[in-house]
Amino acid sequence: MVDEGTDTGHPHAAIAVRGLGKRFGEKVAVNAIDLDVPAGSFYGLVGPNGAGKTTSLSMATGLLRPDAGRVWIHGIDVWERPLEAKRILGVLADGVRLFDRLTGRQLVTYAGRLRGMDPTTVAERTEDLLRVLDLEDAASKLVVDYSAGMTKKIALATSLIHSPRVLVLDEPFEAVDPVSATNIRSILAGYVERGGTVVVSSHVMDLVQRMCSHVAVIAAGNVLAAGTVDEVRDGATLEDRFVDLVGGRAQGGGLQWLQS
Amino acid sequence: MVAELIRLKAALLVNGFRRSPWQLVGVVLGALYGLFITAMLIVGLFGLGGNDDRLLIGTVLILAGGLTTLLWAVIPVLAAGVDATLDPQRFASLPIPRRDLAAGLLLTGFVGVPGAVTVILFLAQTLAWRQWTTAAVVALPAGALGALYCLALARMTTTAAHALTASRRFREVGTILLFVPLVLLGPIIGGIESWISSEGSELMGWLPQVADIVAWTPLGAFAALPADAAAGAWAVLGIRLAVALAYLAATVGLWAVLLQRSLEQPASSGGGGRSHAGLGTLRWFPAAPWGAVAGRALTYWFKDPRYAASIVVVPLIPIAFWYASSQAGSPFMLYAAAPLVAVMLGFSISADVSYDSTAFALHVTTGLRGVHDRLGRVVACAAISVPLVVLLSFIPLAAGGDPVDALAILGVSLGGLLSGLGVSSVVSARWTYSVPLPGENPFKTPPGAGARVAIVQLGTFAVATLALLPELGLLIAYFVTGHPVYAWLTLLVGLVLGGVLLALGVRVGGRWFDARLPELMQAVTLNK
Repeated sequence: MVDEGTDTGHPHAAIAVRGLGKRFGEKVAVNAIDLDVPAGSFYGLVGPNGAGKTTSLSMATGLLRPDAGRVWIHGIDVWERPLEAKRILGVLADGVRLFDRLTGRQLVTYAGRLRGMDPTTVAERTEDLLRVLDLEDAASKLVVDYSAGMTKKIALATSLIHSPRVLVLDEPFEAVDPVSATNIRSILAGYVERGGTVVVSSHVMDLVQRMCSHVAVIAAGNVLAAGTVDEVRDGATLEDRFVDLVGGRAQGGGLQWLQS
Repeated sequence: MVAELIRLKAALLVNGFRRSPWQLVGVVLGALYGLFITAMLIVGLFGLGGNDDRLLIGTVLILAGGLTTLLWAVIPVLAAGVDATLDPQRFASLPIPRRDLAAGLLLTGFVGVPGAVTVILFLAQTLAWRQWTTAAVVALPAGALGALYCLALARMTTTAAHALTASRRFREVGTILLFVPLVLLGPIIGGIESWISSEGSELMGWLPQVADIVAWTPLGAFAALPADAAAGAWAVLGIRLAVALAYLAATVGLWAVLLQRSLEQPASSGGGGRSHAGLGTLRWFPAAPWGAVAGRALTYWFKDPRYAASIVVVPLIPIAFWYASSQAGSPFMLYAAAPLVAVMLGFSISADVSYDSTAFALHVTTGLRGVHDRLGRVVACAAISVPLVVLLSFIPLAAGGDPVDALAILGVSLGGLLSGLGVSSVVSARWTYSVPLPGENPFKTPPGAGARVAIVQLGTFAVATLALLPELGLLIAYFVTGHPVYAWLTLLVGLVLGGVLLALGVRVGGRWFDARLPELMQAVTLNK
């Protein structure tokens, strides 16, 4: 455990988390976790439902005030200098609505302008994002009329518009069709190659194993394992290793009658 | 299957009580109210039966029955979304024969206060016919069928509305427009009243003719059957029964077809939707963060029914006030319209963050400054409300008012609007409460919101009123002394004091906003 008072986070970490904790009433959602996300890594965050992934990511991105602990984005304390941290951070939050009475184009533009970006740059980047995410045809439709996958993609676009140094994506592939998922993956891979850092949370182990360079396994508010994907999976597949770590496989029995 | 569905509805009702005792209280109060109304109306029916003018009894029952049936056709559509227990969609994946489902859903309508009251009252028609034995006998099956027809009609209209309103836009506009008659209820009732009192003597002359016509329509056919029996017009009764049953069969049949279609092609909001090229309102404001917020908020004022509802209601207020003032014979009510609308519009952004719901996350993650957020919302609201309020302030002129009066009214109105916007800017940065979620019926009250909403709104109103006291004082001074200096002073103080309070509100609200950003986010997350 690192001393909280003097530490300024790992110097090369894109995201450094120390003693981050949150409780909701009696339930400890996140139990004083430490985590270092190296700059330039493609970091997967995996864990069962209710493990505290979204809570941790919300606290790391300024959406939810932690009860304890600190978070640094490239050395900037998120809770002491939130505006500076948010400038280099792109966030795709899970389970939040969008301003869905705007069209796709308006929404992405809106995100850029909220950040005080120059309008010409916003306009150029908006068109690029719409094109790459295959949303050009839907750009003039209201987001409320989008499908779940399109909504996810337009939300991703709003988190990319300012070219952040660190991208935190909570469940970015949920409800996204395979073609779009491949597109998004290649965008993210390209971004990491050019020095960006990506954190994704996901349920899909297979995807994380193929896509990510690093992974952390979270369950019941604790980090059970963290490191490069190869370290964590230790020769097995990530999925097997995950089930080992988290436990909870139903024993014996099974549904003998479930047959045709 | 039919019995199963009725049991399900009853079980849902009972489980509702278990979840919240308040719901039980609500149902008990509703039941008591229903019981009271039922008892009063039964007494009324009995009293009507003491009359030996069968034309009068027939006319009253046909018109009352027709009105009840009409209400059944309209109210469930208006209140759509309020009671979605046993939504047909939920049975779509179960292997239930469509005929059973239709019959079951139809009969479950009787489980519940309105259905039960209707069937009891329709059966109680027999009391009014007790002096004509045959009519009293006929009234029982006719009443039962009439009540069934009410439920069938309600199902048909709601399902039809559901199918028609697959388009989101249509649904939203519909909900708001249906609200218009409610606001104008006072003038409408007053109008009918004065009309009846002027035509009163002739009314009884032609009401029976209206009843005669209604008796052949779906609304009154069943209620007219006992009247035919009382008159001994058996041929007419036979024809009318055939017609009435045909109406019932047609309504149920049409409903079954609509139900079938809605089950096969569930209404979806996706697919359609008009295109809006370009940036729309975002282009109307500078590309600064506050301009972006203003542009977005302005779009919401027009496109989000929760905001649009208040714009639609605003022009109705002067009409209601004009009516009130014409009744009172003094122009003062007309003068009150502009300040009232001004305060209401200033107040309207006090729930802005609550209305954003979790979409507010974008304001959090982009690191938007509180001052920009506050300012943007104020500018959007002002863009709509300033022209409206100025216009309303000058309306008394059209009715022959004094131009100096209008000046004083304008001062109070603008003062109220500006200081109201200032107070709202502080309030919405600190106190959120449950509001209808995006896409929900704008007139729905979210459950469990009660006390908090009331306290926040009352507090906001109280502070906004306090801030308006100087202008009000000057206004009174003007009307008492009649000296134009006070009118000009009202305008001056309204603009200056209002402006100062607005600037202060935006600054303080902005500071609170910055300090409490994650807490605000947390609050809107919980409100869902």
